[in-house]
Amino acid sequence: MLNPHVKLNTKIFDKDVEQIPIRKGFGEGLLAAGEADEHVVGLCADLTESTQMHLFKNKFPHRFIEIGVAEQNLAAVASGMAAMGKIPFITSYAMFSPGRNWEQIRTTICYNNRKVVIAGSHAGVSVGPDGGTHQAIEDIAIMRVIPRMTVIAPCDSIEAKKATIAAAKIPGPVYIRLAREKTPVITTEETPFEIGKAQTFFKPIAGKPDVAIIVTGGLVSNALIAARELEKEKIGVTVINIATIKPLDTKAVIRAAEEAGALVTVEEHQLHGGLGSLIAETIAEHHPVPIEFVAVRDQFGQSGTLSELIEHYGLGVTGIKDAVKRVLQRKKQGSTL
Amino acid sequence: MSDTKEKIKADLPTLQKKANDIRISIIEMLLEAKSGHTGGPLGMADIFTALYFHILKHDPKKPDWPERDRLVLSNGHICPVLYATMAHAGYFPLEALQTLRKFGSILQGHPHRDFLPALETSSGPLGSGLSQAVGMALADRIDRGRTLDREKGSTSTPLKFFYALLSDGEMDCGNTWEAGLLAGKEKLGNLIGIIDRNNIQIDGFTEDIMPLEPFRDKWEAWNWHVIEVNGHDFEQIISAVEEAKAVFNKPSMIIAHTIPGKGVSFMERRFEWHGMPPDTMEVSGAPKKGEQGKAALSELRNFKAQILK
Repeated sequence: MLNPHVKLNTKIFDKDVEQIPIRKGFGEGLLAAGEADEHVVGLCADLTESTQMHLFKNKFPHRFIEIGVAEQNLAAVASGMAAMGKIPFITSYAMFSPGRNWEQIRTTICYNNRKVVIAGSHAGVSVGPDGGTHQAIEDIAIMRVIPRMTVIAPCDSIEAKKATIAAAKIPGPVYIRLAREKTPVITTEETPFEIGKAQTFFKPIAGKPDVAIIVTGGLVSNALIAARELEKEKIGVTVINIATIKPLDTKAVIRAAEEAGALVTVEEHQLHGGLGSLIAETIAEHHPVPIEFVAVRDQFGQSGTLSELIEHYGLGVTGIKDAVKRVLQRKKQGSTL
Repeated sequence: MSDTKEKIKADLPTLQKKANDIRISIIEMLLEAKSGHTGGPLGMADIFTALYFHILKHDPKKPDWPERDRLVLSNGHICPVLYATMAHAGYFPLEALQTLRKFGSILQGHPHRDFLPALETSSGPLGSGLSQAVGMALADRIDRGRTLDREKGSTSTPLKFFYALLSDGEMDCGNTWEAGLLAGKEKLGNLIGIIDRNNIQIDGFTEDIMPLEPFRDKWEAWNWHVIEVNGHDFEQIISAVEEAKAVFNKPSMIIAHTIPGKGVSFMERRFEWHGMPPDTMEVSGAPKKGEQGKAALSELRNFKAQILK
C-alpha cells in the first residue's frame, strides 16, 4: 500500500494520472529560488528553453548569461561567479554538462569549493528518438565520485521543484539530474522533501517486507506499479525513493536491508557507479543481504520511444518484478551476496 | 589611481630589487623541494612584482577584503613565483617558502585554496583560469550595472579589476578560446588578461608544438584590446595595465614577451628548465648537476649587489 504518511498523489495508479516532465519542475524551482535570493544567477549553453531556464531568463534578464555551446566555459565561468558571492545554476543536457566538462566541475567547482548548481537535463535512455549520443546514463557515477558534490535525482516535477529550491541553499556544489519526457506526477505539495533523506513511498499492508526496492528518479512510478502488482501476489514490498543519491540516507538503506533481508535497486543509469553500486557498497559494509540490480548493463542507448527503450533495457515493471522474484529466491536459498 | 611616468620611474629601483629577491626565493624553494617548475616562474618574476608591489589594489593583512582586485593564476604550475611574491608582499612568512610541495604545506605543488585561503582560485589543469576571471568580472558587472549603461553617459570606472594570468602553452586549450569569445561578447572592460608569451611548453617550442601566430590577431578577432609588452620592462608593464584600465568597453589582453628562466643565464630560453628544478639533471651549457643551484643563486646575488650600487 502507498505510505499514507508521505501524502502521494492518489491518482498514481490511474491510467489518466497527470504527466509532466521533471525538468519543468526545475524551471519553476529556479524561478522561485531566483525570486527568493537575488544572488541566484542562471547560465546556459544554448539550450535555455529546453532546460527550462527561460522562465528565469525572462524574469531576470540581467542575471542570465548565455554561454553558447561551450560547456567547459559554462562550468568554469560559474565557478568565478560563485567566487564573487553569486549562486550560479548552470544547465545543459547531462551528456554535455557534466558529461563534457567533468574536469572543470572537479577542479574549478568542487576542488575550489564553490557553490554551483549543475542541472543536467535529458538524462537517461528516456530521451528517446535523439539516440545514444544524447542519453546520459553515466552522469550519476561521474558526479557522485567527486568529493563535496551533492547529487539529487528527483522522481517527478513536484519533487524537482522542491529539490531545486533546496539546492540553492546547500553550501557546496550540487548536481541535479533531470529527465526530458513526461513522467507521472507521484508526489504532492505535501509530500515531505529533505536533502539527504530517503522516503518510504510504499510498504506492506501488514508485517515486514519480503523485499525492499530502492529506486531513484523517473523510474519510481514503475517501481510503485511493480510493488502493487507484487502485493496482489502476496509478496510484501517496500519502495524507498532515493531523491538524494549523495549524501545517501545510509540509515534508511541499512534499515531496509535489515527489515527485508533482500534488496532490488532500480535506476535509469549504468549499473557501474550508479545507485546499484552505491547501495551495494553501503550494505556490503554494514549489513550484507542478497541484492539484484535493475539498471543498464554496460551498453549505450539508442533511438526509440520511451516505453520501447525502458523495456529493451529491462527497466520496466516486468523487469523490476523479475528482479524481485530472483532476489526472493536467493533469500530463500540462504544466499548472502 | 593613474600613475604618472615619474612615479613609475621613482619606483623602478625598488621593483627591480624586489623581483631579484623573488627570483632568489624561487631558486631556494625549488632546491629545497627538489621538484617543481623553474623556467616560467623566473620569467614571470617581473610581472608578478609589478602586480603585487605596484598595480594591484590589495591588502596582504586582509586577504578577504571585498574591494580587492582579483588575480587568477590559470597556469598553476608557475606557482613558485606566486608563492614567493605573496610571501615577500606579506601574506605569509618567508620561511614557509621552504615547505613548497611538502606534506601538510600551505604551498601545494599546484595552488589549492583549502591549504592557502588567500588564493583566489585553485589551479593546475590548464585552460580554465580565464573562464573563472570572466565569471568574476561578470558577477561584478551584474552588481555594478552593465557596460552598456556606462557607455550611455556614466563615466564611472569599475571599482575593481580582474586579472587573469595565462600561459601561451594553454592557448592550445579550447576552454581558453571559449572564455575569450565570451569576454569579447560581454565587453568586459573590467577584465585584464596577461599572457606569458615565453614560447616554450613541456614538449618544446610553442610554434613547433601548436603554432599560435598570428597570436595578437586571434584576440583582436574576438574583440579584445591587445597590448604587447616586454615582460621584463616595468615601465611597459605598468603603462600597459594603465591603458587596459582605460579601455572600458572591451576586455584587454596584454601579451607579455618574456624570457623563460630570466635572471639565470644558463636557464634563459631553454625549455629543458620548464618543469625541472636546479640540480636534478644535466643540461648542455649549464653547470654540472649539484652546481646549478649554487651558480644560479650566485648570479642572482651578484645582480642584487649591482642594483644596490
